[in-house]
Amino acid sequence: MEEQIKAMRAEIEAAAAAITDSKEMYQLRKQYLDNKTGQISALMKNMRDLAPEERPAFGKIVNELKTWALDFFTAQDARLKSAELAKKNAAEQIDVTMPASAHACGALHPNTLIANELIEIFAGMGFTIFEGPEIENDYYNFTALNTPKDHPARDMQDTFYVSPELLLRTQTSAGQIRVMENTKPPIKILSPGKVFRSDDDATHSPMFSQMEGLVVDKGITLCDLQGMLDEFARNVFGEGVRTRLRPSYFPFTEPSVEVDVSCFECGGKGCRLCKDTGWIEVLGAGMVNRKVLENCGIDPDVYTGFAFGMGIERIAMLKYGIPNIKMLFESDVRVLSQFHE
Amino acid sequence: MIVPLSWLKEYVDIDVTPQKLETKLFDCGFEVETLTELGAEISGVVVGLVEQCEPIPDTHLSVCQVDCGEHGKFQICCGADNVRAGGKYPAALVGAQVYATARDHVTIEGTMKIKKGKLKGFESQGMLCSGIEIGLNEDLYPGADYCGLLVLPEDAPVGADIKPLVGLDDWMYDISITANRPDCMSVLGIAREVAAALGKPLKMPAVDYKTDGTTLDGFKVTVEDKDLCPRYQAHYVRNVKIGQSPAWMRRRLALVGIRSISNIVDITNYVLKEIGQPMHAFDLRQLEEKQIIVRRAKQDETIVTLDEKEFKLNPNNLVICDGRKPVALAGIMGGLNSEIKDDTADVVFESAKFMRDNVRKTSRALGQHSDSSQRFEKGVDEYAAQLGLKRALHLIEELGCGSVTDSAFAEAVSADPTATRPLTVSIAKVNALLGITVPDEEILRILTNLDFAPVIDGDKLSVQIPPYREDIENAPDIAEELIRMYGYGHITPTFLAAASVTNGGRNAAQNSLLKLKRTLAAQGLYEAIHYSFYSPKDLDLLRIPQDAKERQAIRILNPISEDLSIMRTILAPSMLNAVIRNVRRGNDAGRLFEVAKTYHSAEEHPTTEPEEREALSIGLFDGGKLSFFDGKAVLEALAEAFRLTFTYKKPEDPAKYPFLHPGMSAVVSLGDEEIGWIGMLAHDLTDAEVPEHAVCLAELDLTVLRPYLNKPVAFEMLPKFPVEQRDIALLVGEDVICADLEACMKRACKSLSKVQLFDVYKGKQIEAGKQSLAFSLWFRSDDHALTDKEVDQFVAKILKNLAKEFEAAQR
Repeated sequence: MEEQIKAMRAEIEAAAAAITDSKEMYQLRKQYLDNKTGQISALMKNMRDLAPEERPAFGKIVNELKTWALDFFTAQDARLKSAELAKKNAAEQIDVTMPASAHACGALHPNTLIANELIEIFAGMGFTIFEGPEIENDYYNFTALNTPKDHPARDMQDTFYVSPELLLRTQTSAGQIRVMENTKPPIKILSPGKVFRSDDDATHSPMFSQMEGLVVDKGITLCDLQGMLDEFARNVFGEGVRTRLRPSYFPFTEPSVEVDVSCFECGGKGCRLCKDTGWIEVLGAGMVNRKVLENCGIDPDVYTGFAFGMGIERIAMLKYGIPNIKMLFESDVRVLSQFHE
Repeated sequence: MIVPLSWLKEYVDIDVTPQKLETKLFDCGFEVETLTELGAEISGVVVGLVEQCEPIPDTHLSVCQVDCGEHGKFQICCGADNVRAGGKYPAALVGAQVYATARDHVTIEGTMKIKKGKLKGFESQGMLCSGIEIGLNEDLYPGADYCGLLVLPEDAPVGADIKPLVGLDDWMYDISITANRPDCMSVLGIAREVAAALGKPLKMPAVDYKTDGTTLDGFKVTVEDKDLCPRYQAHYVRNVKIGQSPAWMRRRLALVGIRSISNIVDITNYVLKEIGQPMHAFDLRQLEEKQIIVRRAKQDETIVTLDEKEFKLNPNNLVICDGRKPVALAGIMGGLNSEIKDDTADVVFESAKFMRDNVRKTSRALGQHSDSSQRFEKGVDEYAAQLGLKRALHLIEELGCGSVTDSAFAEAVSADPTATRPLTVSIAKVNALLGITVPDEEILRILTNLDFAPVIDGDKLSVQIPPYREDIENAPDIAEELIRMYGYGHITPTFLAAASVTNGGRNAAQNSLLKLKRTLAAQGLYEAIHYSFYSPKDLDLLRIPQDAKERQAIRILNPISEDLSIMRTILAPSMLNAVIRNVRRGNDAGRLFEVAKTYHSAEEHPTTEPEEREALSIGLFDGGKLSFFDGKAVLEALAEAFRLTFTYKKPEDPAKYPFLHPGMSAVVSLGDEEIGWIGMLAHDLTDAEVPEHAVCLAELDLTVLRPYLNKPVAFEMLPKFPVEQRDIALLVGEDVICADLEACMKRACKSLSKVQLFDVYKGKQIEAGKQSLAFSLWFRSDDHALTDKEVDQFVAKILKNLAKEFEAAQR
């Protein structure tokens, strides 16, 4: 009997060794271990033919065989599965340097990115956003901003008119008046938007974007203006960038200043970007002119304020190194695809 | 404005370097755009004494032995006809830089470096120069225009640098003047600022003159339109001798770019540059009826100006007339009929203030510009008008070119153009605006230097505003004067020290617009920005009918060109142009969007504020595969992002969208409201503009959409009971609409929670005129788990209704 068991063991081992496919192995396993038809199960059935005293010993060795067979087939299975997996993996090798399936990631316009950046900075300082109309009346764009009737800026050469009364706003400052007429101080607004000037050459575009800022409250000073602009410069151009004020003129501010930032390319030592001056002109600003406050019904003896305005394209061109303003309006996808947030 | 350092030094003792002066000017508000040494491009040129000069036979050349003092003695070959032994000339040493001239020896063609050379076998170690070769001309240095060597004075030190000797060591400041400081549009004006900045006294130019006791009887000056001419002064000068101006005057005019013409003309130009006052001189012979009248031109009156151009005038133009006719365009140019000629003996000098607005408008309207008109456009003050005339009369006397008579005429609104204006301000208020405390002694120093005659009494600061400072009106103006001279470096940054705390940030609408843009970017679209104006031709490109509402565009009165002449009523033309531009540049595919205003008014030139609507334009293009559904997917992503449902219908009137494929376009709606359109570009347009490409365009009206963009999140519980799915395939007519089938199915069964088309087939295996549509259906109930039997019944009901409404057969 034991001989028979041994032979079966050898038989299973020999049969399994020849098998390379897990399905065949399953068949082999079934051939021996199937509850109804398996050869090991059949041995168990033979037990009935034995004398009762022989049965326990026989049962024991058959059970041992069964346990061995179960373990054996599990091991065989694992061997074949891992070989098959390795084969499948080998057949599925890819070249990971081949291009990905294309679904391009879109991007916002550089103007929008800069505007967002500025909005985030100033929103944190308590500024809300105001957007006025692009077709403005003469009063909001000029008269209320203390731009006298004979000021050169009002000339037809610089301003697009759609009728004698209405024009394409030349500056987002027009929004200042709309806000101040309807809001009591404290006022902190940021006014982004498109502006239009009759200028079209290599460095000028007849349409561009500005960001205007306005603060009106009690006790606002020129020192506050510089403090806020320092914060702006650090955030937009990097830690360590400083601002410099120098006298200038705008009809709606007095004193008026031109604001330079220390060159973020060379740190102020002088380079091509800053034309060897160490400074880059970025915006105009000043203390809100008394007459402008008066025009809006705000008492200039109680309130003071400051305003600043910058060209979004100029900031974008400086920050990203875009050489030509026209590139921003041509929608060339090779350009636009470079400005992911 | 160009200001030569040598000229400035006439009025101020400048004891700082030219570069330091630039910084001083910059700090007090005068940006020096360029600072250049007059002889910046000339180097290595010294005084050379020709000791020997031998002609080279059969040539026009000579071999010279030139003593260059400390630099040595050199043999130089020279072709000039005026070279002679014993003469002193500019000698450019080897390595020197001078101007290169063309064959005519006059036209400058860049610079050149002097090298050792050999001419006809003779070594030449340098070059003897003409005036032009070292950057001079006759006005800058007498004799410089001679087409041979520049002859230097006999006492010129041999070997000395040529530059100081001929005035090439001068510095030129090109200064930009802000619009509020027209008083600085002159050498004297800048000198005032320099004097104040350096704390030095200002030496005023001489304005005294003697009169000869004669008068011009019966001559009259009348200003009829004082609103355009608040001051008009005239003075009669007789026995004028037209001739050449002295070298010093010619040199100064040359430095600021004015060619010398004759003494009288030069004096008017000199006063323009020195005092900033445009002057004019009339030939008295030509003034009929012995009078000058300043008035608005009559309609269609004509004048021929000095440059022989004829202009037809109207009452917007101010003219200077004699008793019969216009003799000058006020502030712009004199008339040819009263021009100073070589034989002119009696002259009437004019010095006036014409209003800047009127001069500018007339100058622009007529297209006629001059140094005078450009100066008047910036604004001239009455102080300069009287000072300029005095200075001109002084110069006449100094140059000895005429006799100043007693006949002076002044018509003016204000009695005394030299009067100062008093102003008192609170020092505390001035300091409060700046945020710092400027010490009283600094206030006194600065305002004294600026000639404001300050007096401090406690908090009260009283000043006398000089007559030329028309820009000073109130305390902030004083604050600005103080800080620009005290220095902006004294401002110490503070962070809204006194301001109230406010709550900042975007409002809901602004946030949703940003989200909209980011959603589109997430769909692979790039944001574009296009000009707000375009051409009617751009509407032609889209074949927009002449009577369409998109043609009702606002027109710019003064466009740069017809291409940028009307305000956009629809964004699609700009988008299509962007697509065309991309394809022409070889960009094969791209996805673009733009959010911008469109402008709407019933009038071409509206008088009341027009309606500005916000629109979204989308443009997808691809040289490979691109379908309507790629575009629709973008809109659907947008709808999903804002929790909205868009519906799409073929346009009832495809002629409304003549640029779209009539079978592949749709009107997009939100509920009952139409919000825009989407479609593939029409075949013929594609073939004409972007062949081999497919283009999908869409445009939505965000003004309609905006109120729905802030729909709050409404959380829906997950279903309690399982969902059962079935697929059905239907055979229906080709014209049957998917959305109609879906609607029918939903009506047929309330438990149908979702329907989705997953396959479309048209072709050989089914009969012509039919299509096969396969849908997945999902069923669920809120109150129990559906049984197979129930679901079978639902499907049967659905199929029955579909059969009834659409003759749909199950496949």
